[in-house]
Amino acid sequence: MSKAVMEHADAADVFNKDESYVDWHDETLWFVRTKRDKSSKLLPEWENLRETASQIKNYVLSHMDELLETFEKNAKANGIHVHWAADAAEHNEIVLAILKQHNVDRMIKSKSMLTEECHMNDFLTKNGIEVIDTDLGERIVQLRNEPPSHIVLPAIHLKKKDIGDLFHEHLGTDAGATDPQYLTEAARQHLRDKFLTRKAALTGVNFAIAETGGFVVCTNEGNADMGAHLADVHIACMGFEKLIPLQAHLGVFLRLLARSATGQPVTTYSSHFKSPREGQEMHLVIVDNGRSAQLGRADFRNSLKCIRCGACMNTCPVYRRSGGHSYHNAVAGPIGSILAPNLDMTKNADLPFASTLCGSCTNVCPVKIDIHDQLYKWRQVLVQGGHVPQVKEIGVKAMSMVLSQPRFYQWSGRLGRSVMRTLPFMVNNSLNPWFKQREMPEPPKESFRDWYVRNRE
Amino acid sequence: MDYSHLKIGLFIPCYVDQFYPQVGIATLELLEKLGCKVGFPLNQTCCGQPMANSGFEHLTKDCNRLFYDSFAAFDYVVSPSGSCVLHIKEHLKVENQENDSKVLRKKVYELVEFITDVLKIDEIEAEFPYRVGLHQGCHGQRGLHLSQMSELNAAPFNKPETLLKKVNGLELVDLDRKDECCGFGGTFCVAEEAVSVKMGKDRVSDHIRHHAEYITGSDMSCLLHLEGILKRKNSPVQVKHIAEILNSAVKKQIPVPNH
Repeated sequence: MSKAVMEHADAADVFNKDESYVDWHDETLWFVRTKRDKSSKLLPEWENLRETASQIKNYVLSHMDELLETFEKNAKANGIHVHWAADAAEHNEIVLAILKQHNVDRMIKSKSMLTEECHMNDFLTKNGIEVIDTDLGERIVQLRNEPPSHIVLPAIHLKKKDIGDLFHEHLGTDAGATDPQYLTEAARQHLRDKFLTRKAALTGVNFAIAETGGFVVCTNEGNADMGAHLADVHIACMGFEKLIPLQAHLGVFLRLLARSATGQPVTTYSSHFKSPREGQEMHLVIVDNGRSAQLGRADFRNSLKCIRCGACMNTCPVYRRSGGHSYHNAVAGPIGSILAPNLDMTKNADLPFASTLCGSCTNVCPVKIDIHDQLYKWRQVLVQGGHVPQVKEIGVKAMSMVLSQPRFYQWSGRLGRSVMRTLPFMVNNSLNPWFKQREMPEPPKESFRDWYVRNRE
Repeated sequence: MDYSHLKIGLFIPCYVDQFYPQVGIATLELLEKLGCKVGFPLNQTCCGQPMANSGFEHLTKDCNRLFYDSFAAFDYVVSPSGSCVLHIKEHLKVENQENDSKVLRKKVYELVEFITDVLKIDEIEAEFPYRVGLHQGCHGQRGLHLSQMSELNAAPFNKPETLLKKVNGLELVDLDRKDECCGFGGTFCVAEEAVSVKMGKDRVSDHIRHHAEYITGSDMSCLLHLEGILKRKNSPVQVKHIAEILNSAVKKQIPVPNH
């Protein structure tokens, strides 16, 4: 596998060229984080809910085989066609085959990060299928021919003016229009026609319930329902970690999901699907695509607890100042950075380093994934596997050599400080990334150790 | 209280030793004024975090050994850096001495928590008549629980603030984002230069917006980064480690124990 087109640090550098835009992006996502804080603090049982959800998911991860079998059996009994896909390619082929079987060449799709992960839209388009995203944010990025920058807020990187220009070009709205009400109405009219005319609808899955064989899809726009209820064929796609054991567990997760994601008490639509209506066909594609490998990595297993709320992105000071696209992965931000190396260590070796390890992600996570600890652990794995640049290795080895020998360390420190005092241009230059936008510290004549020896020994 | 029977090892992180000796001196003097008997082992260098956070934890064996040999004999190890302390607490491991390493891990304390939790002192009579903003280092806050984090729905507490509020003349300023990371992050500060600097600039702006004259904290690495940004913008705002503030003009004379 090859390196990413542009590594995170380089993409972040480009993102930061326009500081007022970065300020806007940061404030917008911080606003969402603040809403999450307020809403979570209204529930005295919040931390207990997080712990409960975490334990339920731990149970799921340690009983995956039997829960999947139970779920398949119950789903089939409900009249759902169940398919298993080992990887992204198989997933895409299964969806294509279902569509071909029904002679469908135009499909609508509500939000599904799994299909982003599998690059399904590209695949279907190349095979003559037109896919229209019905989530407003997803439709916007689709019209712009770019991936979503956030798993819950796909177009959060765009301003009203960007949307206005885009809709003017594609939907014929008035030039220069930026009124959200007007633009949304235009999108509604545009999408209404698609809902009414498409025979197949694809949805994601937020929770699949082993006990009942049913599944739940959460949206704020009702677009999943509208698509699924009008279409003759409903295809739902899920990564196998979406399982929960019991219907009763839904209460825990639905309360956590919306509060963590946007600060809402609950998503506007929590749609429960159990069996196809008369005359409809319902398909469920259960996808592995590296999840078994992740389940087998003891240090990284619990990343599969993720319910895709996006809270770790909203709180991440790096994400807010580098944007979702800088992560070059379907899932961006802290959670994306611990999921992506499992998919491709070479391409995604930069992502676990795109963090200060501040730990905010771990503490907003509604299912208590130890995200920042996993970032640290991925760094060790990637270095051991030879996935970091050699120049970095040389630098760290030199640093380690100095710090391993007290006398060498004292001598280097003295020399370094003396150079900084007498020949400041040796460090204050464009080769030193620190100096680009920051002053170096004032180098004292005496280290603490020297002072101590002189005064106290 | 008499703490002179306790042997306290002073761990001064490498960058504090080299660039901020005054922070080491303030820490030492403060601990002594509080009645502690403090030793500074001369062979110490670094906690190993710069290598480990870069993915090279396997290159920290010698640092671990140096730390262990320097500090194993002390009752407590105290350091003016939450980040280095957290690293030792989570990762110190010396080959063939796994259990002893674990014992040493538990004896290592960040300065503020040592004062409030071990010495049980929550009031130090110091004087610092300025408007001060508290920068909470993430590893000290979220890792060592020096204060409650804004992410959790849990009872608030703040150990550094408790001490600062008792300092004569010191006025703590409120911040818009009281526990956002400053963006230092070890090698992150150069590997991700653009984001690191932007994070630092945003932290500095928050303090300036609330008219802080000084930014303090219990982690000099954050302050080093923030100072670099302040100086580049020729700001009159200065950084001061919490040890320097707590050690300033201590009124109550506590006898310095004999060496």
